[in-house]
Amino acid sequence: MELTDAVFVSKARSGDPEAYRVLVDRHSRSLFRLAFRMTGNEQDAEDVVQESFLRAYRQLGKFDERASFGTWLYRIATNYSLDLVRSRKRRSANQAPADPEKDDPMMALPSGDPTPERMALSGEVRERVSEAMKDLSATERTAFVLRHFEGMSIEEVSRVLDCQPGAAKHSVFRAVQKLRRALEPLVSTAQ
Amino acid sequence: MNHLSEEQLILHYYGEEGDTLACEQHLDECEECRALYGSLQRVLNVVDSLPVPVRGPEYSSQVWQRLESRLPVRRRMWTFPSPLRWAVAGTALAGLLVAAFFAGRFYPRPRVNHPAQMANAPADPQAGERILLVAVGDYLERSQMVLVELANANPKAPMDISSEQERAAGLVSESRLYRQTAAHTGDTAVASVLDDLDRVLLEIAHAPSQISPEELERLRQRLEGEGILFKIRVLGNNVRNQEEPAASTARQKL
Repeated sequence: MELTDAVFVSKARSGDPEAYRVLVDRHSRSLFRLAFRMTGNEQDAEDVVQESFLRAYRQLGKFDERASFGTWLYRIATNYSLDLVRSRKRRSANQAPADPEKDDPMMALPSGDPTPERMALSGEVRERVSEAMKDLSATERTAFVLRHFEGMSIEEVSRVLDCQPGAAKHSVFRAVQKLRRALEPLVSTAQ
Repeated sequence: MNHLSEEQLILHYYGEEGDTLACEQHLDECEECRALYGSLQRVLNVVDSLPVPVRGPEYSSQVWQRLESRLPVRRRMWTFPSPLRWAVAGTALAGLLVAAFFAGRFYPRPRVNHPAQMANAPADPQAGERILLVAVGDYLERSQMVLVELANANPKAPMDISSEQERAAGLVSESRLYRQTAAHTGDTAVASVLDDLDRVLLEIAHAPSQISPEELERLRQRLEGEGILFKIRVLGNNVRNQEEPAASTARQKL
């Protein structure tokens, strides 16, 4: 008896907070994953999740019920993540050179677990992947995260980015091309 | 031979290339493009394995707990026309007054032997705990009845579940206190079962009042898959086992 998000959105708009809880229940984990990949930082990702749900609730009255709630929520989270990333970049540009490990998503993980991923991505590889991701522009990073990690189609990415599908496609292209240029020497050496 | 462009290869990787068959055929025949595609796959596989901190099933409840108090109050929309609204409110108020009258008349008063005893009697936390346990036990039993009724129904045509929905909605609004208490006292196992139960009750309460046999079957499978009825029974037994010692301790204190 899986009801669509639209049913719960409608009830939440009518003042039923428990209906909104169902939406939080359905989307919070995927939103955290997206936010973490966008910001590269666990604490920032938690803030994005909270703030996005709060903003979405406040703006429920403006939400077009024919649209997908998930896509709309992703758009809110993406915009907030972009703001966070940009303000962090501005802050670090004004400050002394930051600790290179501080914003590294890998550092947010509990240490000491020699998982296959951790082993494979140890040392140089991990650092290079992280750096290559940081070198993408905010739009490229968003488009890439949505297409590559979240499995959205180009059409869906364009709806989240609020742009034409062609523009979304080119952001994905540019992101993949930049990553390939940066990481290809590394994977060739490892081969 | 025309080679595939990098853009075509990227689209092919993501399964968005229009002519997949032609692309695959070209990759089979062209070593140069195959090498380029292989390199692209390796790079993206490395990027793909960047781990993300895992959030468990209880994460959404944690998010909700932090969020709930921050949500602005939305005015609940009345669906009754104005005169009917007053009639409903009046009936509800009259009902409350009658209930309060009978509660005052028949509720057993504690016997106090001496006024000094009454003045010195401290607020009894164990009596409070006993009341809460009884309430939770009763809540679990009623929830179980709703779920069992739905799980055992075997309709051949769409079935009207409005009475179950009404009960589910009542149980949902009741459960908040129990969930908050369990979370507050750090009883994560109880909180988790109450959360699971609450989600199912919410879905039932918000479902259309006519439910098809297929939807009912999906609900049944969900109840079985998540073991919700089993968890409720275990928790209900635990609560009943705790009720008796709490009651006897409270009796000794009186």
